[in-house]
Amino acid sequence: MKSMRRGKVVRYNKWGYIFLTPFILVYLVFQFIPLVSTIYNSFFENYRSGLTQIGPNFLGLENYKTIFSNGDILTYGKNTIIMWVMGFVPQIIVSLLLAAWFSNPSLRLKGQRFFKTVIYLPNLIMASAFAMLFFTLFSDGGPVNSILMQVGILDQPYKFMSSIWSTRTLVAFMNFLMWFGNTTILLMAGMMGIDTALFEAAEVDGATSTQAFFKITLPLLRPILVYVMITSLIGGLQMFDVPQILTNATGDPMRSTMTLIMYLNKHLYSKNYGLGGALSVVMFVVTGILSMIVYKFTNKKMD
Amino acid sequence: MRKEKETGVKKGINIKARRAIAYLVLVLISVLCLFWFYVLFINATRSHAELTKGFTPVPGGNLWINWKNLSAGRAASALPIWYGLFNSFFIATFSAALCTYFSTMTAYAIHAYEFQLKKFMFTFILMIMMIPTQVTALGFLQLVGKMNLDDSFIPLIIPSIASPVTFFYMKQYMESALPLSLIEAARIDGSGEFRTFNSIVIPLMKPAIAVQAIFTFVTSWNNYFTPALILHTDRKKTLPILIAQLRSTDWLKFDMGQVYVMIVFSILPIIVIYVFLSKYIVQGVAMGSVKG
Repeated sequence: MKSMRRGKVVRYNKWGYIFLTPFILVYLVFQFIPLVSTIYNSFFENYRSGLTQIGPNFLGLENYKTIFSNGDILTYGKNTIIMWVMGFVPQIIVSLLLAAWFSNPSLRLKGQRFFKTVIYLPNLIMASAFAMLFFTLFSDGGPVNSILMQVGILDQPYKFMSSIWSTRTLVAFMNFLMWFGNTTILLMAGMMGIDTALFEAAEVDGATSTQAFFKITLPLLRPILVYVMITSLIGGLQMFDVPQILTNATGDPMRSTMTLIMYLNKHLYSKNYGLGGALSVVMFVVTGILSMIVYKFTNKKMD
Repeated sequence: MRKEKETGVKKGINIKARRAIAYLVLVLISVLCLFWFYVLFINATRSHAELTKGFTPVPGGNLWINWKNLSAGRAASALPIWYGLFNSFFIATFSAALCTYFSTMTAYAIHAYEFQLKKFMFTFILMIMMIPTQVTALGFLQLVGKMNLDDSFIPLIIPSIASPVTFFYMKQYMESALPLSLIEAARIDGSGEFRTFNSIVIPLMKPAIAVQAIFTFVTSWNNYFTPALILHTDRKKTLPILIAQLRSTDWLKFDMGQVYVMIVFSILPIIVIYVFLSKYIVQGVAMGSVKG
């Protein structure tokens, strides 16, 4: 009887593999093979110079040396990180504040659903359209300059796209707008999970709500904060649509808003597969390490 | 006694003041989110001549003319916007359908069956979850070229079958919504495994499928990086590529009224979806995060 049942279970369980087949097949073909060939490409000299095709010739690690020694990867990596930090710092502060207010039972805020709907909206808007919109709004003769002049803050139009820091600020500001709603909702879900008895006990002991926030909420929220920060960093390293459209793929002024993926995109268009491959592999390794950290955190939470 | 009363009163004021500050900040932040769209919709209703004169907060009467000019392609570089809309819609719809169906299937395989590689597969899928598609784009492009799928929708739709994020959400949802005893009962009634999946599991998973279908649709609709590398023919391009094309034209010669209408045209479908389904979308974000 027992063995018969076991046989049946085994017969069912082969369906586990059958149902996994589509995922595995598609993953192997469209993700794994491309990954292997990207790594393979990174060891070869392979590009077009005018109409002549150079390579592929085996170079070993020469491509990696090139992207690090000519400073490109460092410059563009620095740009990417600077713009990510400029967006992430206000994002995490505003999100923490809003999430604390939304989840605070003694505040009893009304219209929460409306506010949450509004702050999440920018996240769903097409990033390229959003960047195009900001480009027109902040252009020299655009509405923002027009409004600032009407109010009397400016005498003449401010050229937002001509200064390094104002362009970077625009990119960071767009990233902030697009992501703080998402972060607020994530943090709120985390705060809702904290035992309310802790807050009640703190209140009885005479703690103010500010103290409760810093002494109870923040420490208990730390795993989620780390998770939010690292996933945001992984997303930040992929920054592309916004600066690409805003600066029309130039990364101007003076390549100060050129991100790593914009640089990769350039190599893909010009079919420089050697350097593009090396850059991809470097980014793969970096995101891989960051993913491992995220994986550790999610895993801990699941146990 | 008196002291207690005092602190009670103080606390009451405190709470009221804090509530007022909270509302004030929330209203300011909501304005910060909506202001840009307000300007966008106002400017879409004004003519180029009016726009160059400066901003006014009231709408103009030029919306229909701007739209006519854009859709008739009377611009310096005519954009095939109807093709763009159709292409975006086609790719997003099929991606959403395939992604949700097959992610549910993958999650079901891990959830309902015991097999040797189960733990390994689950760990593996979680580990590849964060790897961005951009870092494998180079090999992906070469592969697409070798498969003769350049300038085709297939490489933009089929890969959505293997979506670790959707898989993870489905797996989480199954843990609370799909008791194994139900599958056992179906087996006793003689239902085949594949039929059980299609006629029992899929209907039970409908709420999760709906949420994930919306997310996949929106992600695919907004995607710019991969489609821009794959699609070359004008009539096959999706809306984000057309927006980029609009940006790279000599926009000083451009009718700005048309530019604004084009931006409205490409984001309006998502805004309409959001107005009707925002409740489920916001809930979906929160739910995905509880354990994720």
